[in-house]
Amino acid sequence: MKFISIDKNDWTRGIDKSREKYQLFGPVKDENGCLIKKLEPDVQPDMGLHESVMSAKSVIFPQTEKILNASLDESIENHHIMQRAKTDYSPRAVLGIRPYDAKAMELVKLNFDTKDFKDPYWCDAYEATVFVGLGITKPGPFDFSTSVGTGPFCEDGLDVLLADLDDTYLAKILSPKGEAYTAACGFNAIVDEKESQALFDILRKEAEKNIVSQVKIDKLKEKTILELHEADFWDDIAFACINCGTCTYVCPTCWCFDIQDETKQKQASRFRNWDTCMSPLFTRHATGHNPRGTKVQRVRQRFMHKLKYFLDKYDQGIMCVGCGRCVKSCPVNIDIREVCHMMNSYEKQD
Amino acid sequence: MENPYIPYPVRIDDIEIATEDKSLKTFKFVFLNKEDEEKFSYHAGQFAELSIPGIGEIPIGIASSPVEKGFVKFTVFRTGVVTSYLHNMKVGDIMGIRGPLGNWYPWDKLENKNVVIIGGGFAFTTLRSSIVYMLDPGNRSKFKTIDVVYGARSPGMLLYREELFEWEKRSDINMHITVDGTDDPDWQYHKGFVPQIVEQNAPKADEDTYAIICGPPIMIKFTQPSLVKLGYKEHQIIMSLENRMKCGIGMCGRCNIGKELVCKDGPVFTLEQINQTPKEY
Amino acid sequence: MDTCIEKIRELSADLLEKGEVTKVIGFANGTIPMATSPIAIKTKQDVDKLVFNSTCGLNLANYVSGEKGKIAVIAKGCDSRNIVTHIVENQIQREQIYIIGVPCTGMVDKHKIAALFEDEIIDFSEDGDTLMVSSLLNTQTLKKQDYLKDNCLYCTHKNPVLYDVLAKDPVEEQKFDNLFPDVDRIEALDEDAKWQHFENLTKNCIRCYACRNACPLCYCPTCFVDESGPQWVGKGQNKTDVNTFHFLRAFHCAGRCTDCGACVEACPMGINVRDFTRKLNKDSLELFGWEAGLDVTKRPPLDTYRPEDPDDFIK
Repeated sequence: MKFISIDKNDWTRGIDKSREKYQLFGPVKDENGCLIKKLEPDVQPDMGLHESVMSAKSVIFPQTEKILNASLDESIENHHIMQRAKTDYSPRAVLGIRPYDAKAMELVKLNFDTKDFKDPYWCDAYEATVFVGLGITKPGPFDFSTSVGTGPFCEDGLDVLLADLDDTYLAKILSPKGEAYTAACGFNAIVDEKESQALFDILRKEAEKNIVSQVKIDKLKEKTILELHEADFWDDIAFACINCGTCTYVCPTCWCFDIQDETKQKQASRFRNWDTCMSPLFTRHATGHNPRGTKVQRVRQRFMHKLKYFLDKYDQGIMCVGCGRCVKSCPVNIDIREVCHMMNSYEKQD
Repeated sequence: MENPYIPYPVRIDDIEIATEDKSLKTFKFVFLNKEDEEKFSYHAGQFAELSIPGIGEIPIGIASSPVEKGFVKFTVFRTGVVTSYLHNMKVGDIMGIRGPLGNWYPWDKLENKNVVIIGGGFAFTTLRSSIVYMLDPGNRSKFKTIDVVYGARSPGMLLYREELFEWEKRSDINMHITVDGTDDPDWQYHKGFVPQIVEQNAPKADEDTYAIICGPPIMIKFTQPSLVKLGYKEHQIIMSLENRMKCGIGMCGRCNIGKELVCKDGPVFTLEQINQTPKEY
Repeated sequence: MDTCIEKIRELSADLLEKGEVTKVIGFANGTIPMATSPIAIKTKQDVDKLVFNSTCGLNLANYVSGEKGKIAVIAKGCDSRNIVTHIVENQIQREQIYIIGVPCTGMVDKHKIAALFEDEIIDFSEDGDTLMVSSLLNTQTLKKQDYLKDNCLYCTHKNPVLYDVLAKDPVEEQKFDNLFPDVDRIEALDEDAKWQHFENLTKNCIRCYACRNACPLCYCPTCFVDESGPQWVGKGQNKTDVNTFHFLRAFHCAGRCTDCGACVEACPMGINVRDFTRKLNKDSLELFGWEAGLDVTKRPPLDTYRPEDPDDFIK
């Protein structure tokens, strides 16, 4: 594995150089908090301690994305025939993300890149993107990443992992994409592999030691779907819920979407927007019948999907990377760690 | 791999009012590109997304049969935004079809078996597809007895009436047509609800008999006990479910019952499978 | 603040034990600092789960409608005003609800406090008017008055306006010469700057609808943004659609909004949602002498017509 040392004095110059070949995305802090945004030419990524309110998923999966369009003008050829909307899939890099946000993309990939169908929009964007993570040296109080199979220095899904060494970044190159990106930045001070790996190991262990929050997921697999679905705790969990979409939108692993058509004059467009299982509209039939018409059914769906259906379907762990964003952003403090505990420790009363 | 969101362009070739209240119409589509028809190779029981640019899409069971070539047919109930728009479209209009989607009735498993088809109201579309498929000269010998119980509110609400009455005359299929009620003194078929007609007329189950049910939730709910009385086991009861869908390809996340996606793992499930999942349909 | 929690628990236990109510709706401790969570207490044994402190910024009137039996609810001044509104708008009957009123000394603004820290807050506690807040890197002692939610700063109804019992003595109400300096500031902007102000306000909106869903006024069975036949608003992130949502929702709250600040409290993106509703509150006061949720016998001004209603907009 290759390691590069990047002097922080060279950092900005390097990533500015990469803008010739890459569109850049990264954390940007404003008065309302930190978000992952497209970096305009004069904007640098915020490499500080703040976790972005939203995850990096929008870089691959924008909240609103035009997927198809067609002309409705009957005087032209191919009217009413839908075609793929043009989108720029030139190389892009997302910088300074939390490592588990890249791991989340790997989990989401299971949904969008399947043997039967490939979602071309998601797959093309994923293919075009270089993920540059920044190891988390000071995990926050809501970070429970290590207990769900990720962690503050998790490398899964990343192309480059940076470790902040005060004056320098030590970069671990994890893929050819990462290699190409660092080359485009002109970062080429190769350092000793063994020493660097040892340093990474120390930093990782140190960071993992500082994680104060844990969940247990060991017993989820052995319980049946129906057993958990019919458990007696859902009403209590759901009581406070206001059925907003916050938890699903801030979540790096939530992928559900809606498809909507719009017309403007003679142009028809088909969009996809993030959707949320918290909304009654998500499942409401045209007849008005709604299989998840009550709040408790929707709250249960979210947690069952993340902690049970996904686990059973893919056998790749739960659909959660432990970032804690939903815990922090939920207006009524519904805490996935508590729900996970209830599900994992649930024993059916006869 | 092709973009699964792009519909095949089709032209509306014919529109037929399917029920006396005009709430259902049958649309016959032809593919603008001949090769798309080849790609749209389907099995009875599958569905497709009817796709109207600028308006939206709706998942609808395919009513034509794989043995009918040169067109595809869908019978659509007017209820939401897209179906209302579709009902106002004209022959010759261009739109799209995306599919075929989902699984189908287990035709391999049904070979050399007795098949009982039970349908109610306008959920008879993929059942029509199935009957036409089974009655096709090339296929009929693959199945033992075929029984059909089909009911609607009134004679005028029965779908595919002409075909029903033709099948009625045949000896290789036992039709049990019923209506909830009618004033028509000449009505020569059953009167009564589907569950009751099933109990009275459907064959008793042996190991070689399977029932396929498609209908409104209430009919399905009350037909199950009738089938149980006749000895059908959970794995012998095959059902087609409906849920709100968008993508139709197992990605958008809304149509699940437990971990199964109705659009991709279904819409066809055995009662045995459904009983393992939350009843969120 | 004097949280009077012992009194709240005692009253709740008594109501539950006597079977006067089926549940008590209040706040429980959250799992993270500066968070509380609405809870329904159904047994006397569970009343110890109830808490009341300066982080109970949501509006519990949002949890009382649609109830069948008689329930009790813990109500700050603003919650009580929204209960009044619910009664006026037939969302709940007065007899159905037992109000445990809590005179309020204001709720803290979590965003203002979080902005003081470079990393996440790991501990929050309060003692009277003093807040103790720490992150891993830093600990600060703050004066609560300096970190109140903006709506609490200008609150003139700290004491519940409708209640069956008070959990503590009333607090002194604030008086202001001008209740709307924030609106004045926006009104003073020129047209472009004003537009820019609102554009900036919504630029981070993710349309999670937390503001709407936390709002006790937003109980429409189908919100106009969710209506599909006809579809009034696009569902994506198009600016016009996002703004339409916020503007129309605000207008739907005109003359009904109690400025409880639950919308701001709920917003995960730190949007000052009140900027949309405050001007309408000001207009209600100036044009109709109206403040929402003070009287169960009066309907809001835009629900009613009086000959003396201002009509100088008719030219």
